[in-house]
Amino acid sequence: MTERMFVQGNEAVGWGALYCGCDGFFGYPITPQNEVTQWFAHEFPKRGKVFLQSQSEVGSINMLFGGAAAGFRVMTSTSGPGWGLMQETISHCVAAELPCVIVLVQRGGPGAGSIRHAQMDYITATRGGGQGGYKNIVLAPSSVQEIHDLIQLGFHLADKYRNPLVILTDGILGQVSESIEVKTIDFGPLDKKLWALRGRERQEDGKSRIVNSAVGVLPLPPYPNYISWLKHIEEKYREMEGSELRYETYEAEGADLILVAYGYTARVSKEAVNMARAEGHKVGMIRPITLWPFPYSVIREKAMLGCKFLVVEDSLGLLIDDVKIGVEGRTDVHLVGILDRHIPTDGGMIMPGRVFEEIKRLL
Amino acid sequence: MNKKKVCGNPKIWKDPPGAVMYCPGCQHPVIHRIISEVLEDMGIDGKAICVLGVGCHAFVQISWNLDILSSAHGRALDSATAVKRLNSDAIVFTVQGDGDCIGIGAGAFIGAMVRGEKITTIMYNNTNYGTTGGQLAPTTLLGQKTATTPHGRDAALEGYPVHTAELAATFKGTAYSARGSVHTPADYQRTKRYIKTAFQKQIDGVGFSFVEVLSACPPNWHLSPVKCLKRIGEDIVSEFPLGEFKNEDSTERLSKSK
Repeated sequence: MTERMFVQGNEAVGWGALYCGCDGFFGYPITPQNEVTQWFAHEFPKRGKVFLQSQSEVGSINMLFGGAAAGFRVMTSTSGPGWGLMQETISHCVAAELPCVIVLVQRGGPGAGSIRHAQMDYITATRGGGQGGYKNIVLAPSSVQEIHDLIQLGFHLADKYRNPLVILTDGILGQVSESIEVKTIDFGPLDKKLWALRGRERQEDGKSRIVNSAVGVLPLPPYPNYISWLKHIEEKYREMEGSELRYETYEAEGADLILVAYGYTARVSKEAVNMARAEGHKVGMIRPITLWPFPYSVIREKAMLGCKFLVVEDSLGLLIDDVKIGVEGRTDVHLVGILDRHIPTDGGMIMPGRVFEEIKRLL
Repeated sequence: MNKKKVCGNPKIWKDPPGAVMYCPGCQHPVIHRIISEVLEDMGIDGKAICVLGVGCHAFVQISWNLDILSSAHGRALDSATAVKRLNSDAIVFTVQGDGDCIGIGAGAFIGAMVRGEKITTIMYNNTNYGTTGGQLAPTTLLGQKTATTPHGRDAALEGYPVHTAELAATFKGTAYSARGSVHTPADYQRTKRYIKTAFQKQIDGVGFSFVEVLSACPPNWHLSPVKCLKRIGEDIVSEFPLGEFKNEDSTERLSKSK
C-alpha cells in the first residue's frame, strides 16, 4: 500500500518506522526533535504498539536495550544533550549485539548550545561516541522522503548486523515539510531472532538465553574468550564496510571542484552546484549517505584526478576530517562552515549564495 | 530404610550449576535460592525474564536456567520496563544490589515506580559495594568502615543510610514493598513469603512490587560468617527494620494511597 502525504521531516521518521514494523518507541522531550516523540504518542498506542515517555534519555536508551533483547524492533529519537546521555548504553548495545535505531536530530553545540539546527555531532555519531571504541552504521538523509526510506533501511541493517544504527538528521530537515510516498520497502529476508529473550518455555528449543554486554567478564557461547568475541565483531565491522557503503554523486564527472556535504547542507550544496554549472564552472558534489562506513575510496579517486574539495557542513569542521583522510594530502580541502551562516545567530543558515561565492574564489 | 530427599538444588538451577562465584558466608546464593523456589512453586519460571544489574548478584546468570538480560549498571529497571511493556504476559523481574538500585540506578528505580510498572524488583542489601572491594554505598551504616570511608561513615560528610523499602512504599505506583532478611530460618521463610507476594502483585497487574533483602558480606565487613549474622540481627535490623511497608490489592486502592 502506498500513500502520498505532505509531512514534516520529524513526522516522516514515524511513518517510516510504522511501515517497517517498528514495535516500540521510547523517548524524552528535547528540541528540535519534539515532533518525532509526539508523532509516536499520537499514532502508536491506537495501533496496539508501544509508546513510552522515559524519565530521561538514559532511560530511553536502556529501554531500547531491553526491548531489543526481547526481540522487538525498537527506536528512540534525540538531540545534542540527550545524545550525550545515551552514549554509554549505545556501547552496551554494540557489546550485547542488540539491534535498535537511534534518530539524532542535530542541534547546535557544545553543551546545551542552541536549540536550532546545526551539524555538530558528526564525530560522536560516526566514531562510536561511548566507551570502548565501537562502530555503528550512520545513515544521513537529505530529504523528507529519504528520512522515511532510510528509517526502514536502518531497521533492516540493524537487524541484519545485530548492531545499533544511527539516523543523522538536523533541525532543518526535521522542520521542513515535503510531499512523500509512504510505503513498505522490501530489503529481503532476515534471520529469525533465535537469540532473543522470550521466557524459556517460549523458546523453540526450550533452552534459556542470556544477553550480556560484559563479554570479557562472563564469556558467552559460542565465543570461548574475550579476544575471540572481539574478532567476531571486527569481522562484522569489516562486512558492514564492504557491503553497506552508500553515496550519491551529482555532476561529479569531469569536475575540477567537488563539494562534499550531507543532510541539509547537501541540499544547499546541490543548489550551489547548479548556480556554478549555469555559469559554466566544472563543479560537482559527493553526498555520503552512509557517514560510517565513509566513501573514502570515492573521494580518493577524485583527489587522484587533481580535484579540489570544498566541504559544506554546519559546524566548525568535523566531516572535513573524513574528507582529508580520503584525499590523503593529494589536494586542497576547504570548508564553508557554521561561521559562514547568512546571519550570525542560532537561526542563521549556510546559504547557496555563500557556497557559490566560495566556489568562485577557489576556481 | 526408606530414604526421602528433603533437600537439593532448585530445578531452575543449572546442572552442573557453573562456577561458584561467591565468597564463604555470602548470603546472595541464599536469596537466589528463595527466588528459585518461589518461581518454581508459582510455576512461572518458564515465562520469566530476569533483568540483572551489575554487582555480585549478577553472577547468578551462570547458574539460573532462565532467560536473562544482564543490563548496564543501574539500568535494569529501564530495560525491564521495555521488556514488560512489549511482552505483557511475561513475568519480568529485576535482581539488583543496593548500589545498583538506589545508588547509580536511583533514577531508573524511581522512574519505574512513578509509572507503576508491573515489574518485581528484588534488591540485595549488603550495605556496601561488594564486587569492587567494599566501598561506601547509600545503605552503609553510620560508623561503618568501608574501603572509601576508612574512618567509618560520617553523616556530616557522607549523609545517612537510605531506607529503600520505605521509600518505595511512598510511591502510588508501588503495590507492594517489604524488607526481609535470611539470617535466621524464620526470616528465610518470611522473606520467601514476601517475594511470593511481590510476584503475585505482578501477576494480578496491580503495580510495582519490591522486596529488599539484607545480605551478609563477610570479606568486606571483615567479620566471620557467624559474626555477620549477629551483626544483621542487631545493628542492621535496628537501622533497617524488617516487615511489609505497603500491600495494596487493586489499582483503585493505589490511586487513593498516600
